[in-house]
Amino acid sequence: MSADLATYNFAYLDEQTKRMIRRAILKAIAIPGYQVPFASREMPMPYGWGTGGVQVTASIIGPEDVLKVIDQGADDTTNAVSIRAFFQKVADVAVTTHTKDATIIQTRHRIPEQKLTEGQVLVYQVPIPEPLRFLEPRETETRKMHALEEYGLMHVKLYEDIAINGRISKTYAYPVKVDGRYVMDPSPTPKFDNPKMHMSDALQLFGAGREKRIYAVPPHTEVVSLDFEDYPFEIQTFEQDCALCGAHGVYLDEVVLDDKGGRMFVCSDTDHCEDRREHGHVGAMLAPNQEAAE
Amino acid sequence: MYVAVKGGEAAISNAHRLLADRRRGDRSLPSITIDQVAEQLGLAVDRVMAEASLYDRSLAALAVRQSRGDLIEAIFLLRAYRTTLPRFGSSVPLDTAEMQVERRVSATYKDLPGGQLLGPTFDYTHRLLDPSLLSDEAVEEPARRNAGDEQIMRVSDILAHEGLIEADGELPQDHQAGDLTREPMEFPMSRDLRLQALARGDEGFLLALGYSTQRGYGRNHPFVGEIRIGEVEVEMDVPELGFAVSLGHIRVTECQMVNQFKGSSKAPPQFTRGYGLVFGQSERKSMSMSLVDRALRAEELGEDITAPAQDEEFVISHSDNVQATGFVEHLKLPHYVDFQAELAMVRRMRADIEGARDGETEMKDAAE
Repeated sequence: MSADLATYNFAYLDEQTKRMIRRAILKAIAIPGYQVPFASREMPMPYGWGTGGVQVTASIIGPEDVLKVIDQGADDTTNAVSIRAFFQKVADVAVTTHTKDATIIQTRHRIPEQKLTEGQVLVYQVPIPEPLRFLEPRETETRKMHALEEYGLMHVKLYEDIAINGRISKTYAYPVKVDGRYVMDPSPTPKFDNPKMHMSDALQLFGAGREKRIYAVPPHTEVVSLDFEDYPFEIQTFEQDCALCGAHGVYLDEVVLDDKGGRMFVCSDTDHCEDRREHGHVGAMLAPNQEAAE
Repeated sequence: MYVAVKGGEAAISNAHRLLADRRRGDRSLPSITIDQVAEQLGLAVDRVMAEASLYDRSLAALAVRQSRGDLIEAIFLLRAYRTTLPRFGSSVPLDTAEMQVERRVSATYKDLPGGQLLGPTFDYTHRLLDPSLLSDEAVEEPARRNAGDEQIMRVSDILAHEGLIEADGELPQDHQAGDLTREPMEFPMSRDLRLQALARGDEGFLLALGYSTQRGYGRNHPFVGEIRIGEVEVEMDVPELGFAVSLGHIRVTECQMVNQFKGSSKAPPQFTRGYGLVFGQSERKSMSMSLVDRALRAEELGEDITAPAQDEEFVISHSDNVQATGFVEHLKLPHYVDFQAELAMVRRMRADIEGARDGETEMKDAAE
């Protein structure tokens, strides 16, 4: 057995593979919302843990890029830490937790609160790229439905939701229509984040490794959440403000404090929360300490 | 007071340190060597090579040791290594008729040219725990005989002489065997890609599906035409030389399942075949593979598709254990953002229902 098993290329993937993935990305950008099949590679992390996002990031990252990786909006969730460490190891790139400093942001389940700007790329990790999958399990069928723009089934499902529950009960992975043509799965982000996708200045790339699909929303592209005239799309609202930074109108995590029903709500986007606190914003939980210190 | 969770990096590093400790186990015991794994847990190594699609006993043994004996984890390790290797080309098709056979059995003939060779099999062992294996007792050398000159002809060739069995089938001269690790998968698949998917598919999954066909879910009346295990030569055409050069020998298990077939609008009555070929020694896998291969030919042979084992998209989409384990186990990753969204939704819906109920009670009270 050879002593050194392998030396890996910059960003792990070989250049041939990167070119193949870039071609898929270019096609995806050219046809917004269309799922481009690509020859997904086996990655050194498990399927379902971001192999699609990692392959997209590995194909577009260069030595001068600054990478941010989040999971559930946080930079220090274990899988985000692991993916960030992977790119530090195989690509030796600069990493950051600051949204505004990053050129590439790989994410799972959230879009940062801070508005993304031109030149930034948001890479989503996607488990099931097919928005119609929960209605029709067969790929051969769903591809046909997209080709024929046959989305009636989806509207029927949303209608049934209203008929049964009085509202559309989809709270995350809420389907959107991109550029007036393809219905797309925004990945399991809460629907709270859907409006951020619309006319974004940043490029949005979606990688599904296990399902071997890449899709994209180019900058300044219409992304409309599906709804009805009498039941318009709504995002989640929170009664509370962030207990740490006092932010309002952001997505909050509910944190259990004790076994007596004690709860607090804090920003899901940890960078946003830290940034606000640095700038002197204080939430209810930190306020008493503030006073004590004065 | 609540402090936002920090320190994922340290936690991960400590977890991996603990994993290494548990892998090594009791330090007073000698560490197991790669050679010991390869020699004494050879069938585990075979399974890892087969489902990782990489024939390298040492690396597979390393993977088994590194994974603490978790074979799907070992398969994953070896695949993640395989994916980085350059592809030089394709070998010429293996000629299993030329196999150096160590085991060969046929259930369709009492005796046949080349004979029935039992080889190193668990068959007919009584499954009684063997106390002699608790210690390191000397093991007898195996009985040996000189290999005869007689070619051990394949059962499919015997049946072919009578014209009772379907032929191997033809492929165009310029056909390039597909590779699903390099191209996106599309349904319906060609049979070469389907066989590749089955050859690297999960042994347990294929076993269960093969079993289901026997129990009536897509029954296909199978007979084991032949199972053979042994070494075959791998050759590759080198365009500059104009002839094939030998790359070496590999051990494979081949199963030819012969299936009774009454004929359909697409094919006349004849014996049809299901095929299984697996790296190393694994009869269970190669037999299951050939049952499922035959079941998946339902469309081609004009049979009704009524059972899971006949459904190509269902079988192939779910046969890969590295994909399956990744996606099932990803459920343990944090999902609290989505859970929060669902929590809020359920609370709202319950509030609506309670509101409506209170409303009804009030109406009732007012009416009384």
